[in-house]
Amino acid sequence: MQGFTYHRPTSVADAVVLLQSEGASGIAGGMTLLPVMKHRLATPLALVDLSGIAALGGIEVDGETLTIGAMVRHVAVADSPVVAAAIPALAALAAGIGDPAVRNRGTIGGVLANADPSADYPAAVAGLGATIVTDRREIAAEAMFTGLFATVLAPGELIVAVKFPVPLAAAYAKFRSPASRYAIVGVFVARFAAGVRVAVTGARPSVFRVPEMEAALSARFDPAALAGIAIPPDGLNGDIHAEPAFRAHLVGVMAARAVAAAGSGAA
Amino acid sequence: MELKLNVNGRNIKADVPTEMLLVELLRERLGLTGTHIGCDTSQCGACVVHVDGVSVKSCTMLAVAAEGTRVVSIEGLSGPGGGNALHPMQVAFHENHGLQCGFCTPGMIMSAIDFAGRHTAPTEAEVRHWLEGNMCRCTGYQNIVASILAGTAAIHAETSTSSMEAA
Ligand SMILES: Cc1cc2nc3c(=O)[nH]c(=O)nc-3n(C[C@H](O)[C@H](O)[C@H](O)COP(=O)(O)OP(=O)(O)OC[C@H]3O[C@@H](n4cnc5c(N)ncnc54)[C@H](O)[C@@H]3O)c2cc1C
Ligand code: FES
Ligand code: FES
Repeated sequence: MQGFTYHRPTSVADAVVLLQSEGASGIAGGMTLLPVMKHRLATPLALVDLSGIAALGGIEVDGETLTIGAMVRHVAVADSPVVAAAIPALAALAAGIGDPAVRNRGTIGGVLANADPSADYPAAVAGLGATIVTDRREIAAEAMFTGLFATVLAPGELIVAVKFPVPLAAAYAKFRSPASRYAIVGVFVARFAAGVRVAVTGARPSVFRVPEMEAALSARFDPAALAGIAIPPDGLNGDIHAEPAFRAHLVGVMAARAVAAAGSGAA
Repeated sequence: MELKLNVNGRNIKADVPTEMLLVELLRERLGLTGTHIGCDTSQCGACVVHVDGVSVKSCTMLAVAAEGTRVVSIEGLSGPGGGNALHPMQVAFHENHGLQCGFCTPGMIMSAIDFAGRHTAPTEAEVRHWLEGNMCRCTGYQNIVASILAGTAAIHAETSTSSMEAA
């Protein structure tokens, strides 16, 4: 790796100032950034380590909202009794990310900023209609992801926390790559009083919702309600793991599994 | 950059380049070559060590990020002062033939000890799920899984005996 200056600020304000400098990048768990730097696909001049900022930690429920700090590691979400009580599907999603050592370092803020097309959390963000809180504004789930590894975040903008509305029921079903454990296709289904949301990761350059499934499930929350709803393979990702037609098929299968899991209360 | 941390019970002070990885500090500065490097994609787990009691891939952590932590590598398991006494998890790998070439073994054992700390009566499926970040190109995993089940049982038998003695 190439050399860089290293900072470990303790406040959001100091981090934001440091991130203004030429070539500066934040580092959270490093589980994506460091491999990318080893391959010289990123060569930051300064790294701003976010792990010393207490304000980026914490998991809490306030009424109908679960708030998770940007630096909260996957293991903490997976093991949290607060998450398990409010949105068990989110704890289960975190427990299925990568492997134990990845979960011990990787963070929710890092995943969302990175916007990998196969990452798991974007499905929960879109499926639950979460809000991304940054140092300067609040971003709705719909506005956050703009394409392959692309978000609406401005250079140097810091994710501070993610606010998830608590649903009546939810579940996440993922068909994982046996090599990396990332989602080949993952579907997050959430049922609210106002209706059902269905979000898909892994199948397109970024997460998307499926209005036909949402309408059908809002009318009848049962896997059978999905029968006959086909996802066209056009524009879906294709690679050595799965061609677009297979991914299109998997969206239906994973959605039905998620509905079944949410309906039975297991998630 | 000036760095202070504790490695295998020893307080260490080192002046390291910011881009040095924790695994490079261990292997190249401290001569602790038991921790291996098997990939550059953070997938193989040969480099797993404990940082403040938690298993991490030392190839995917900056040495400077370990400031103030307690790091334990495979060399630190036999207790302070070294010696030939094996940790119960190492004994289990030995007895169950849990290794062939041994390249993956240090990472397997460090992951397995973290696993044992979180599971008292694990199932085989739980062990296999936990091992997703540790690759072995030799054994086919069967004996590794058997080793971890035996090692976990041995660790908990030991703690319950010592707590009985303490009582
Ligand atoms: C072997 C392996 C398997 C994996 N499997 C999965 C999987 O199954 N599912 C999955 O979803 N992910 C998976 N991951 C990715 C993992 O979840 C990472 O934790 C994640 O992609 C990045 O999070 P991080 O905290 O490590 O971020 P870093 O690598 O530190 O940072 C990534 C990027 O985000 C930026 N960033 C970090 N925090 C913030 C913030 N608060 N505000 C603004 N920008 C920020 C950084 O500047 C950087 O550009 C895997 C990774 C590995 C190595
Ligand atoms: S060397 Fe392969 S995961 Fe660290
Ligand atoms: S024993 Fe050879 S890689 Fe596992």
